Amino acid sequence: MKIIACVKQVPDSAARVVAENGQVSWGDAQLVINPWDEYAVEAALQQKEAHNGSLIAISIGNENAKEALKHALAMGADEAVLITDPALTALDTQGAAHVLAAAIKKIGEVDLAFFGRQAIDGDAGLTPAQTARLLGWSIFSLSAKIDVEGDTLRVERSTEEGRQIVSGKLPGVFSIVKDFGEPRYPSFMGIRKASRAEIPVWSLADLGIKAPAAVVSWPEVINPPAREISCEMIEAGSPEEIANILADKILAEKIL
Amino acid sequence: MNIWVYIDHFKGQALPASWEALGAGLALGKVTALVFGAEVEQLAKQACEFGAEEVLQAEDKALGDFRAEDFASTLSALASQHNPDLIFLPTTTRGRELAAMSAIDLDTGVLVDVIAIEMEGDRVVATRPIYAGKLLEKTLCAANPQIVTLRGRAFPKPVLQSGRTGTITKVETLSRAATTIEGYSETESGINLSDATVIVSGGRGVSNNPNLIPPNDLGDEEAEIWRAQQGFNLVGELAATLGGAVGASRAAVDANYVPYAHQVGQTGKVVSPDLYIAAGISGAIQHLAGMRNSKLIVAINKDPDAPIFNAARYGVVGDLFQILPALTETFKKKLGK
Ligand SMILES: Cc1cc2nc3c(=O)[nH]c(=O)nc-3n(C[C@H](O)[C@H](O)[C@H](O)COP(=O)(O)OP(=O)(O)OC[C@H]3O[C@@H](n4cnc5c(N)ncnc54)[C@H](O)[C@@H]3O)c2cc1C
Ligand SMILES: Nc1ncnc2c1ncn2[C@@H]1O[C@H](COP(=O)(O)O)[C@@H](O)[C@H]1O
Repeated sequence: MKIIACVKQVPDSAARVVAENGQVSWGDAQLVINPWDEYAVEAALQQKEAHNGSLIAISIGNENAKEALKHALAMGADEAVLITDPALTALDTQGAAHVLAAAIKKIGEVDLAFFGRQAIDGDAGLTPAQTARLLGWSIFSLSAKIDVEGDTLRVERSTEEGRQIVSGKLPGVFSIVKDFGEPRYPSFMGIRKASRAEIPVWSLADLGIKAPAAVVSWPEVINPPAREISCEMIEAGSPEEIANILADKILAEKIL
Repeated sequence: MNIWVYIDHFKGQALPASWEALGAGLALGKVTALVFGAEVEQLAKQACEFGAEEVLQAEDKALGDFRAEDFASTLSALASQHNPDLIFLPTTTRGRELAAMSAIDLDTGVLVDVIAIEMEGDRVVATRPIYAGKLLEKTLCAANPQIVTLRGRAFPKPVLQSGRTGTITKVETLSRAATTIEGYSETESGINLSDATVIVSGGRGVSNNPNLIPPNDLGDEEAEIWRAQQGFNLVGELAATLGGAVGASRAAVDANYVPYAHQVGQTGKVVSPDLYIAAGISGAIQHLAGMRNSKLIVAINKDPDAPIFNAARYGVVGDLFQILPALTETFKKKLGK
């Protein structure tokens, strides 16, 4: 069984991110594998282990993105591929999906492709369904549990209405949510292996595609208006008195 | 301008964000609502009552369960035929997927989870939070139709005008049904934090009451969870009194106090209720990312230096095991419950 996990390199979730001259800046904050993509790699590894398969991690990005791929290798992926090309600058999700779908086709005979729920930089959550559409595969988004038997899939999805159980056939595209279970930590051996790995780099020419046209643009990034919150501390003798004052303050806001 | 709004629903019940999206469309002009499903006659009429001029109704047993592939095929075929300028959808799980796939079919793009809209000529200039709300971006889509998903509770719901009618047109459906929805597991009832107007959330502090003595056959971890359950009962009682939902921090979810469906934050739900009460939550940046846009934030924490107080309008330094029950009692009296 051939399995893919798509991973993106993003600024750490605790980084201080600000807008400078209309552009995003995270200073010298650390770049990490998108936290949701760790769940994708975990889900992919579980299928690889259950079905004696192989896992290839792929990322679109610059040289830096190799670190995200190394994290996937250290967790247990067999191979990694970086897709990089000077023509891939302002890549929107449609564009990323075109490139990832082309890579998955080039790799060939893939049964399962795993994605994170969303990338924590752009917070779009569109790429998995868009890649599935381009491949003509079924999408199993927000998956929390996956069983594969032969060519049949049984998946539990985390939806607004609760856990949905859906079945279908291979091949499939998945996005993974947190209740799938915590991703494993890279092992010591894994980290050693990953640090030595030679990661092949593919260009758009290697994929046999032209640069996807950018449809969505984001000409300006701004800092959210500072909220003027000064916290008013409610102090009084007993919990009952505190509750009384606080309840009146809340009711005075006329939101209940 | 030809404006379409997709009405997301579950078994004929529209999600509130669908009507908000319809309202956002109405602010720009006449709206055609799209209603797809197995039995959606009523929903189509309701869309007219909320202000739609026209409804394109795709009714088919095969569309009884939402499957993004089939709904996208139906939507894309209609859009190719009628060339709308804008398609609005609510940012629900289904709305996001449907938007994503239709954009591929129609060779266009999606502006996703938008909180504000301006028009520049025939282009939507949308504002949306990125980096978990640390920043906002202005974004546009160069191709048509411009597909936009609107965040719940960011746009006002239009007034329902009962008896108002519109043109309801039945349209063709497309379905391959490559997947089967087997059902919903009983273990986890759907809680919809995104639509809640009041959320009371508990964090790790909710297990911190040494005075509570658990049944003596419990191990350490079980005793902690038992304590947390007593704490979450207090959270739940206040939420129920205020007609709200129960949220949680990741620490509370990771420690198995409550299921993941309750988690608020960067890796949980992003919420913006009118009132958010955080009890026993320190206010880590990843938690703030999920709730800082709430209208009124109240924090209850033992530690006067907890960062949650920097995001809150009102704060109480105290023990949640004392403050929460007192607050529930007070609200019951004041709200006449
Ligand atoms: C990639 C990533 C993603 C994350 N995503 C999320 C997310 O989506 N949501 C999220 O919440 N976190 C998230 N986190 C975790 C986050 O960093 C914090 O660890 C977490 O929010 C802490 O939860 P807490 O406030 O409940 O616990 P703590 O930080 O342990 O705080 C407990 C608080 O309770 C108070 N307290 C204790 N006892 C009482 C009492 N009796 N009465 C009143 N107060 C009391 C304490 O003073 C303390 O402030 C994420 C972290 C990472 C790295
Ligand atoms: N540049 C990229 N390289 C590899 N995978 C990506 C990239 N961008 C997005 N993805 C995948 O698509 C998921 C959703 O991304 P997004 O739609 O941008 O929120 C991510 O969690 C990744 O799995």
